Amino acid sequence: MPFEPSSELAAYAEKVVQRYPERRSAIMMILHALQREQGRISLEAQEWVADFLEIAPIKVREVVSFYPFYREHPVGKRHIRVCRTLSCALNGGYAVCDSFKQAFETGLDEISPDGRVTIEFAECLASCGTAPVALVDDDLHENLTPEKVRELCESIKAETPAAPRPEPAGETAE
Amino acid sequence: MSRANGDATMPTFSKSAPHPKERRIILANAEDPDFDGTLEAYEGRGGYGELKKAFGMTPEDVCKEVLDSGVRGRGGAGFPAGMKWKFLDRRSGKPVYLICNADESEPGTFKDRQIIHKDPHQLIEGMMITAFAIQAKQAYIYIREEMPYGARILDEAIEAARAKGYVGDNILGSDYSCDLVVHRGAAAYICGEETGLIESLEGKRAYPRIKPPYFPAALGLYMCPTIVNNVETLCNVKHIVAMGGGEFAKIGTTGNTGTRIWCLSGHVQKPGYFELECGKATYGELINDLGGGLLPGRKLQAVIPGGSSAKVLRAGERFTGKLRSGEAFDWGIDDIPLDFDSPMAAGSMSGSGAVIVVDDSVNIVEVLANINAFYAHESCGQCTPCREGSLWMKKITGRMVSGGARREDAALLASIGDQIAGRTICAHGEACAWPTQSFVAKFRDEFEAAAERNPDEWKNREFRLV
Ligand SMILES: Cc1cc2nc3c(=O)[nH]c(=O)nc-3n(C[C@H](O)[C@H](O)[C@H](O)COP(=O)(O)O)c2cc1C
Ligand code: SF4
Ligand code: FES
Repeated sequence: MPFEPSSELAAYAEKVVQRYPERRSAIMMILHALQREQGRISLEAQEWVADFLEIAPIKVREVVSFYPFYREHPVGKRHIRVCRTLSCALNGGYAVCDSFKQAFETGLDEISPDGRVTIEFAECLASCGTAPVALVDDDLHENLTPEKVRELCESIKAETPAAPRPEPAGETAE
Repeated sequence: MSRANGDATMPTFSKSAPHPKERRIILANAEDPDFDGTLEAYEGRGGYGELKKAFGMTPEDVCKEVLDSGVRGRGGAGFPAGMKWKFLDRRSGKPVYLICNADESEPGTFKDRQIIHKDPHQLIEGMMITAFAIQAKQAYIYIREEMPYGARILDEAIEAARAKGYVGDNILGSDYSCDLVVHRGAAAYICGEETGLIESLEGKRAYPRIKPPYFPAALGLYMCPTIVNNVETLCNVKHIVAMGGGEFAKIGTTGNTGTRIWCLSGHVQKPGYFELECGKATYGELINDLGGGLLPGRKLQAVIPGGSSAKVLRAGERFTGKLRSGEAFDWGIDDIPLDFDSPMAAGSMSGSGAVIVVDDSVNIVEVLANINAFYAHESCGQCTPCREGSLWMKKITGRMVSGGARREDAALLASIGDQIAGRTICAHGEACAWPTQSFVAKFRDEFEAAAERNPDEWKNREFRLV
């Protein structure tokens, strides 16, 4: 089924493309808006982007597959990214990550059984002075400890209704 | 502290009182609790006065002041900004572009974040002065994806500045126009490398370009002459115009002018960012005074003096040689002046100004394993030595930590590092090789002992690093 952009997305794409002398330059900004709206960037959506920017679909897929932030697969309702890099690790970043995983009984890079979160490691989030840190969606949480993580996870659970994932049907997002 | 525009969804950003040893120029407004970063607050403190001053000068005169100031790039390489601008190759007659590198991705660095969040107009003013000086047709800020609020703050600040005629068409009523646009990355470190950044801004994978011929000043964005400067560098331009290049050059020391914002992290009591006059304080003062020293009962093991790609300094190491001035030096880590040239004289670099302190509570092999995992993840994959080598280095340090390392692994590790540096398209090759080369050379015994070690004894450590 061809991808139908929302009117907001279509309007945003028209606006953002004006900011560059070459249409193709708008790809990252459009992909950001698309992923925020859709939760992921499907192959159909990539074809729409390609069409809009007047480039081959493979040029879009090259970009989507290169940058760690873009994803073709869905994630949980909340996206948790724990910094893995040195200054955070020296201050307990790995333990912080374990606490997140325990709270949602999940592993890394998967949707938690309750559907609420996906936990990932991220590389240095440019806040090493308040290590260890993690991003929950757009929000940076600093000076984390396992106790603080437990509290944070409680509030995430309270704010986010569970949506258990369906039985794995053995197929990928594509 | 919340922002005056009353946006309830915007987080608060903490501020720090100045340490007596600091000299705040770039952070003067940003860290002031009474300053909220809005255009009104900025104008209330004389903001955009330097833009007006610059528009009363010729572009050439502004460039001359920046050249005279001696200001060096704050992004990593420390190249004099005025010189870079002079290299702009206008012969093609193509438009000139200005790009602010706000990717802030070298591990340990968190200074640009403070400026963007707390004093966005300082950056915008610095950029518009620079744009005028180089007669740019269009300017971009490339900000990393992981600073979503930073991007929003900049967007709003640019709109406010546009409404006042500081950005956009006919700036300050002149016939000079230049728009400024925020562009967001997507979590790839290599976008901090200026030619990778340019490819990314063109809408492609961030594959760095080979220099020569693709020096941005000649063949940059859309193959047009382009200047890429770091956030902090561009902020300095405003202050250079305010005081004049000659006066600015009196701050700091010869060849190391102005202040620098140092980012201190790792095993210290009070990590943070500190703006210091170049060359007027030492690594020892940064770590022990401003940073409150090591944690109780701990001993220093190593210092990474300029971002995780900088060569490590081992506690107790002596650094000797002759300075450019001909003066002989004999330093321990604590004695190295905080500037551009001194860490280089000590065999490393000041890089992005990120100082990471490592005490004796961790195993140094594991520290390198953590660093190697970063560079292996961030290689763009174009060059075989960097793509394969960074993975091999990660793999070898990984097995040194988890068990199963071989006796010859330390030598193998060093040889892989030696085969990457100098053989790649971009400096990520050096960035990934230098840690391995320096750690193995300076901590040889620890790396050789990894082959004998029972991995179980590592399980008792306070924190895992990989
Ligand atoms: C692998 C790599 C990563 C880099 N990351 C950054 C960065 O995050 N921010 C930055 O300003 N410069 C970074 N640089 C340096 C830029 O390539 C460029 O030299 C700099 O932006 C120029 O600005 P300056 O002269 O004002 O320092 C990086 C360089 C390399 C090789
Ligand atoms: S050195 Fe590494 S990061 Fe740089 S272009 Fe080559 S593979 Fe890419
Ligand atoms: S190392 Fe975690 S924010 Fe820099």
